[in-house]
Amino acid sequence: MAKVTFNENACKGCYLCVDVCPKKIIKKATDRLNVKGFNPVEVTEQDQCIGCAFCATMCPDVVITVEK
Amino acid sequence: MSIVFEKPHALSDVGFHYCPGCTHGIVHRLVAEVLDELKLEGETVGVASVGCSVFSYNYFECDMVQAAHGRAPAVATGVKRANPDKVVFTYQGDGDLLAIGTAETIHAATRGENITVVFINNCIYGMTGGQMAPTSLVGQVTQTTPYGRKIETQGWPINGCELVSQLEGTALAQRVAVNNVKNIREAKAAIKKAFTYQTEKKGFTFVEVLSTCPTNWGLSPQESMKWMEENMMPQYPLGVYKDKGAKGE
Repeated sequence: MAKVTFNENACKGCYLCVDVCPKKIIKKATDRLNVKGFNPVEVTEQDQCIGCAFCATMCPDVVITVEK
Repeated sequence: MSIVFEKPHALSDVGFHYCPGCTHGIVHRLVAEVLDELKLEGETVGVASVGCSVFSYNYFECDMVQAAHGRAPAVATGVKRANPDKVVFTYQGDGDLLAIGTAETIHAATRGENITVVFINNCIYGMTGGQMAPTSLVGQVTQTTPYGRKIETQGWPINGCELVSQLEGTALAQRVAVNNVKNIREAKAAIKKAFTYQTEKKGFTFVEVLSTCPTNWGLSPQESMKWMEENMMPQYPLGVYKDKGAKGE
């Protein structure tokens, strides 16, 4: 059981994490904007996360924390 | 649950000012992770350059100095000679390191100054709005080469790693990239090796990181990564160009 959390207001919406996720569970949150005015990312199927931290490794803004 | 990945301690809470998808953030994080892992945070003095990375003094928790344009290796030389026990690194872009700062870079390397240089190569001047850099590729369209870089007028790109690897004082010259997870891990290993060599007083260590500039390339972050692989990597092959610590050398 792994958990990925986003510091949503630090996200700049580059979506590099979306492409690198092997489970393809990271998605652009189209229903909201963060304080910077970007659509942040979200994980809706948290139970699918394997805690590989690929997303966090790729993130240029250190938005992501991964627990396992 | 234990933490697999979190923000490194050596990185401050200040948010990066970089554009979305800019890989400066990844390299900042790698340097901070290495400082954490080698427990060097309190022992390190960084030298910020001029360019997009000018504000890097806000982002690292270690002591930082801001050098004049291109003079980071010269300032780092002074810091290191005054404080030989401290770990000193510079963080420079291609306009800083290979245009205005070519002399400082080459002479710091040839003197074998015991400092680490992290060199961000993204083939363009980022902060000033996308002008041609010494590392811009032949045919690359920039603000100052609207018809593409021409050999007849602008000459060929400079390969920093190859250049520095020719000098006796260089202990490590390695080129890495941050376009995918594998390469990011290799980049971190290279930066870690550079800092380790410095603590072992092996000499000048130089890590060139192929980076992207989505804003000035006029591409999305995803397209930029692809552009880097297709266009930059043939001109700037990844690899170790000099390693004094390797077996047989």
